Amino acid sequence: MSTEKSWGTQAFDWFEERLPIVSFIDNTVGSKYPAPKNLNYFWNFGALAGFVMVIMILTGILLAMSYTPHVDHAFQSVERIMRDVNSGWLLRYMHANGASFFFIVVYIHIFRGLYYGSYKAPREVLWWLGIIIMLIMMMTAFTGYVLPWGQMSFWGATVITNLFSAIPVIGDEIVTLLWGGFSVDNPTLNRFFALHFLMPFVLVGVVILHVWALHIPGSNNPLGINATPKDKIPFHPYYTAKDVFGLGVFLLVYFTVVFWFPNAMGHTDNYIPANPLSTPAHIVPEWYFLPFYAILRSIDDKLTGVILMFGSILILFVIPWLDTSRVRSATFRPIFRVLFWIFLIDCVVLTWCGAQLPEGIPLILTRVGTFWYFFHFLVLMPVIGWIETPRPLPTSISTPVVAKPAE
Amino acid sequence: MADAAEHQAVPTEDESRRDFLLHATLATGAVGVAVSMWPLINSMNPAADTLALSSVEASLAGLQEGQAITISWRGKPVFVRYRTAVEIEEARSERWQDMPDPQPDEERVQDDRYLIVIGVCTHLGCIPLGQKTTETRGDYGGYFCPCHGSHYDLSARIRRGPAPANLEVPEYIFLSETNIRIG
Repeated sequence: MSTEKSWGTQAFDWFEERLPIVSFIDNTVGSKYPAPKNLNYFWNFGALAGFVMVIMILTGILLAMSYTPHVDHAFQSVERIMRDVNSGWLLRYMHANGASFFFIVVYIHIFRGLYYGSYKAPREVLWWLGIIIMLIMMMTAFTGYVLPWGQMSFWGATVITNLFSAIPVIGDEIVTLLWGGFSVDNPTLNRFFALHFLMPFVLVGVVILHVWALHIPGSNNPLGINATPKDKIPFHPYYTAKDVFGLGVFLLVYFTVVFWFPNAMGHTDNYIPANPLSTPAHIVPEWYFLPFYAILRSIDDKLTGVILMFGSILILFVIPWLDTSRVRSATFRPIFRVLFWIFLIDCVVLTWCGAQLPEGIPLILTRVGTFWYFFHFLVLMPVIGWIETPRPLPTSISTPVVAKPAE
Repeated sequence: MADAAEHQAVPTEDESRRDFLLHATLATGAVGVAVSMWPLINSMNPAADTLALSSVEASLAGLQEGQAITISWRGKPVFVRYRTAVEIEEARSERWQDMPDPQPDEERVQDDRYLIVIGVCTHLGCIPLGQKTTETRGDYGGYFCPCHGSHYDLSARIRRGPAPANLEVPEYIFLSETNIRIG
């Protein structure tokens, strides 16, 4: 038994000295990343989002190999993928439903952050990068939905690009620039395909920054208090195991939809080829855009509607300062916790409203919901932070666990 | 000491010259980058062949009073409606000064009978209903956009709903009594 290192270890050390990539990964999501020991299953959704992103890029590149970005061939090429390309139906259904699941996972991830105050100091930049990721996801999802060139693709593209015509003075020039013509047409489809292919890789870049920014302060936790070194356990194997279990549950749900309900979240009109001379009677965006679409339609004025819609996302950038409470976790904030659930219901109501015709009761609900959305962030968040008395915070993560048997 | 003072004075002069050179170089570079960006951005604007397809001729001879046809121009529908005397009267009887986008009917037609407008809602670009007899024509008898509920009147002027402007009147000329060229 010699104490000499084996050939394998020596080769590994030689490589590590020159490019320490393995230790870099170990520091990021491995045994050298200490994470708070009390993370619950809501902390799975960041890793899940990363996994869905990989699925999307993989299936997306394979789909691109069989797709033709031309107005005369796009619809047919998608149908060919469904009928003739080997496993094409699987690739397409995984990709289309993957988009929906990407948003499901990311929305849960965002609401997790809202509940546990993950946007507060010192994680503001981490939060910003998350919003940028959501914006890139939205652009990617929108450009991707246009590619099959069905009726909803075409009219979705028309309505969304027309949002920019609300910009005073130069609005129409911007829309012509986006279209590359005088209406949504072949040049539009071509550039949307190029952008849809590009943006996921931009997304990967921002995700790397997001993870980097996460590792400066480390993960938040359900108690929202700063974790001491004693309160932490290595990410690997503890949280890799927990994430893999969560992944298994996620895959069960995801593939149930992919195999048995692949069109449940789509719109039947998108199986009609695009017709520039006829708008479907009732156009709706994909479900994940519905709350923002509802906000857009809440006001009978084009520019105000567009400003409110973009504002509803951009307002997220300033909530680290709109929330005046220094207590992070809603667990210790009796009033804020109730308001969080009301806000969540408000978002669900807006989602429902976005799918309805803007008249009668849905229109009234849309207006109330839009009002509450902004009221929550602009008025309630700062005011509640001042008037609320938070429950006493534990001194460390270990304290409440240790104290329990004494009860 | 005198030597030192002299030495100090020289670098300041030198630095201001360097600063000038530095700023001038940076400014020239920035302008250069901005100018070189333009062809890249402009490549996304409509290409020459797209622009070439910008006019279309159509005959209105088969159109009867009260009927409407749709012509495709630049990938957009152009609505042509042969209005009845009653409809023309209705379009002109109301005070246009009070409308959201005030414009008299007379300014929107060349021949009183034919209303010719681009059939694209000025809100977010949907095609309004009202061309076919089976379609709803909204609360003002002209067009109704189903996407977000904009109502247009018999001169295709916006009357109610989120759209900010009247349906656009394209550039067109009457080549003869019943022939038009759009664009």
